[in-house]
Amino acid sequence: MALRIGCAAAPGRAQDNKTGSWRVFMPVVDMEKCILCGTCVLICPETAVSDKDGQILFDLDFCKGCGVCARECRAEAITMIQEEK
Amino acid sequence: MVDKSLELFDCGHRACGGCGPALLARLILKGTGENVIVVASTGCMEVFSTPYPETAWKVPWIHSLFENAAAVASGVEASLKHNNRTEKVVCICGDGATFDIGMLCISGAFERGHDITYICYDNEAYMNTGIQRSGATPYDASTTTSPAGRLSTGNSLPKKDLPPQILNAHGASYVATASVAYPMDVMKKVEKAVNTPGACYIQVHTPPCSTGWGGFDGSKTIEIAKQAIECGLWVNYEMENGELTAAKKVRRIPVETYLKAQKRFRHLFKPQAVTEEIAKIQAIADANAKKYGIDIERNE
Repeated sequence: MALRIGCAAAPGRAQDNKTGSWRVFMPVVDMEKCILCGTCVLICPETAVSDKDGQILFDLDFCKGCGVCARECRAEAITMIQEEK
Repeated sequence: MVDKSLELFDCGHRACGGCGPALLARLILKGTGENVIVVASTGCMEVFSTPYPETAWKVPWIHSLFENAAAVASGVEASLKHNNRTEKVVCICGDGATFDIGMLCISGAFERGHDITYICYDNEAYMNTGIQRSGATPYDASTTTSPAGRLSTGNSLPKKDLPPQILNAHGASYVATASVAYPMDVMKKVEKAVNTPGACYIQVHTPPCSTGWGGFDGSKTIEIAKQAIECGLWVNYEMENGELTAAKKVRRIPVETYLKAQKRFRHLFKPQAVTEEIAKIQAIADANAKKYGIDIERNE
């Protein structure tokens, strides 16, 4: 078998790694209480929260369920619920 | 002004849930914008963001060793300058790489005055290699190389006061500290540093490390970071050309509130409170408050 020197794996992306499978608790937002301050979008360590057209969206492919967003939400609009998989 | 809505740090990295340094990586790139080259030392941030062959960085990124990140950044900056290019160079290293191992190369880079921004993310021990004490570990914290026990109350040395003492003596044009508890402040300071000519230094407190600090839920990242500032054990300040220009003022809380939440200080409270050691930590907070004038005067 001929193995060339300098062989390398194909470049990958962190996005290939769906960290959402680590999650136990899932964030759920109550848009009645939400004041759209953007705190959850800013402080998510996973870049998994976004706001679009007046809605807060959680990317559950990547959310690790740490709950930082729920704890820091001033309007107490986010709750962490146990997820059934 | 850079576009703060740009996400240049990708999701899918392997940091623990609620990781302070992971949040910081996002905030740094929001502060610098796209026109940046990142140099990283070995550390948690390097390991969780770039397991071969993946990367979470959407900007050019280079990793070399623990000790020479500042030297690599110097070389990158010199080459960019020679080719008349405009990219900013940002060096991101942990507290071990900054306070202990990399000091030699940092000193060299700051002496030569390269146009780099050196950012230290300070989680107060070598968390990636198994929670060994570093020069940034606070007094009395229990780590694997400074374990608390019958004859020891943990780390016997105080946290090294690196930025003001050492880097101002090198003539750094901008030195600042920040904390992930105040994300807008981090972004503002990073943006200011990359646009300041010459070598700049920012040290960011990135608590909590849920494995290294322990004892609390991962969701308390911001809460614990705020408590560190409120008790005076961490001070957010800015220094320009060696002069203190701003410091965050607080109504201080006792250090017990901050210490009690963490497993690394558990030996100070259980089985019974070690009051003389807690008093020593309170004295450190009091000295910080006096030095930087962070107490808000009460009008009573």
